[in-house]
Amino acid sequence: MSWFEKIPTMDRQELRDFKKYIDISFKDFSRTYGDGIEAFFDPLLYFLVWFEKLLINAPWPLIILVIAIMAWIGSRSWFVIAGTVCSFLLIGYFGMWEDTMSTLAIISICTLLCISVGIPIGIFMSRSDRLQSMVNPVLDVMQTIPSFVYLIPVVMLLGIGKVPGLIAVCIYALPPIVRLTNLGIRLVDKEVLEASESFGASYSQKLFGVQIPLALPNIFAGVNQTIMMALAMVVIASMIGVKGLGVPVLRAVSNQYLALGMLNGLAIVALAIIFDRISQSFGKRMQKHLESAHGV
Amino acid sequence: MANGCRSTWKVPMVSETKVAIKNLYKIFGKNPTGMINHVQNGISKQELLEKYGSVLALNDVNIDIPARGVQVIMGLSGSGKSTLIRHVNRLIEPTSGEIIVGGHNVLGMSKQELREFRRHTASMVFQRFALLPHHTIVENVSYGLTIQNVPKQEAAERSQQWIDRVGLAGYENHYPNQLSGGMQQRVGLARALATDAEILLMDEAFSALDPLIRTDMQDVLLGLQEELHKTILFITHDLDEALRIGENIAILRDGLVVQKGTPQEIVLNPADKYVTDFIKDINRGRVVRVSSIMDSKKLKNGPEIESNMILEDALQIISNAEVSEAIVTENGKTIGSVKLGRMITAIARPSEKTGQITNYR
Repeated sequence: MSWFEKIPTMDRQELRDFKKYIDISFKDFSRTYGDGIEAFFDPLLYFLVWFEKLLINAPWPLIILVIAIMAWIGSRSWFVIAGTVCSFLLIGYFGMWEDTMSTLAIISICTLLCISVGIPIGIFMSRSDRLQSMVNPVLDVMQTIPSFVYLIPVVMLLGIGKVPGLIAVCIYALPPIVRLTNLGIRLVDKEVLEASESFGASYSQKLFGVQIPLALPNIFAGVNQTIMMALAMVVIASMIGVKGLGVPVLRAVSNQYLALGMLNGLAIVALAIIFDRISQSFGKRMQKHLESAHGV
Repeated sequence: MANGCRSTWKVPMVSETKVAIKNLYKIFGKNPTGMINHVQNGISKQELLEKYGSVLALNDVNIDIPARGVQVIMGLSGSGKSTLIRHVNRLIEPTSGEIIVGGHNVLGMSKQELREFRRHTASMVFQRFALLPHHTIVENVSYGLTIQNVPKQEAAERSQQWIDRVGLAGYENHYPNQLSGGMQQRVGLARALATDAEILLMDEAFSALDPLIRTDMQDVLLGLQEELHKTILFITHDLDEALRIGENIAILRDGLVVQKGTPQEIVLNPADKYVTDFIKDINRGRVVRVSSIMDSKKLKNGPEIESNMILEDALQIISNAEVSEAIVTENGKTIGSVKLGRMITAIARPSEKTGQITNYR
């Protein structure tokens, strides 16, 4: 009855060999293919560096103007614009401009990457229940696994730097856009889709004429969530060499600099709130036609 | 208005069949083709569900729909009528059977052919309108044309004529949600008409509307039909609606056609208890025609009545003339006569027990 009192365990020696085997195989893999994979991501790195430099070197009034215009396009609200401009002025005033621009660069590129990868995946998922049941657990893992755990293989493969940081951020930020695209398309009114089909719409006419437009509010909620998740990863990404607001936060944690930590943390919060308000009100404005009650 | 509509009822003429539904079966569930044998051996819907977990939706349906006629399919919910209409443009694939439209079997069409068929030959109106909420009215009406890649300008112009025709001029740039239910269904109707398809499939098109608006829409449809002569397949659960617009009616029960015929045939000779229950409370004076109750006795003088006139109108004439008999004519020739008493008996409600006409109202 010894098995009843003690859970069966792998032999210590075997377990060690097993772990060693995995480590060594992955090391071999990264030695063999690491350079190739790094070369594959080079264009992304150049783009990232170029974009970051662009933001940092551009005159600050221009940046604020561009962001204010984006806020106007998104929200059409003077309140949001005023808040946005004030936040950026304060960020500059407290000496965090350069870090904020770096963070802005990685967030923008990460969001673009997630949209361009996530929306197609979401569309394919909505087409097939089987694919959905295969992708969903992967998304669950991506969202729940502690980020440090997948940082290990990423760093082993690509070393420390911007690209591994970007990948780490994307792994965390991708699931919401995939999920909400999938959900949005699945929630499109079946009758409207049937009507479209009854008029002889082809697959692409249905997808681009009915499904995606009607799923847009949900897709947009996904974009919003992706931006928020990306911002949440800024500090962790800074641990593997991504410049930005995360770096001073990390320094503040290890040296117990309360003010430094607070200021940079609040800057991240400000960015999050600005992007959230802009993208949410943009999403809401897109579905105006749904809200207007019939008053005729 | 009502009088004008009644006059569109004509004695059905023999004409070429536009849509022929032949031996159509539809079974939902695993292995539907394997279930067909059971169904053909006479297993009941209930038994099929209990024994095999399959749902029998359509059971050997055969309906010939004459070109340019209005065929109504009637049945209660769950009778398979919406499933049936979706087979005509193959939104649902049948388990077995044929649907011949203008000599072509719809079920044998390739994807491309089917798409062309849906674009040009059959268009559909939906119970809950199914308009595109993110498009304006004019964009919705021209949707079928947009799908066919008709240039935007031309599509808008062709649509405008239908928007005007269904009485929605001025609402072109509204969104569907800004319109009432009745107006939304006018958009649905205009959208179906805009492709100039010969066949109009209407799936409980007016069932979601309140009674006054429904009558209104029936008038719109009958008015359009007098002008356009489309082949219309109309699904409804409302007998009054069926009798009002149907030249031919097929009654569906549990996926089985229990009776086919003109409104008059169904009212005068219900095939079974189910149909009898259905027609119990309808106004027979609007359905039964003089020709079916006249006798050949020639009458010297009296008011003249057309043989295909409905009793309600004929009674009006007799009562105005203050007589008890009238001459029945057909194409201007005298063919017999009809007595007031017989007419009253014919419009009386049949007794529930015997099915004979005994009680008067």
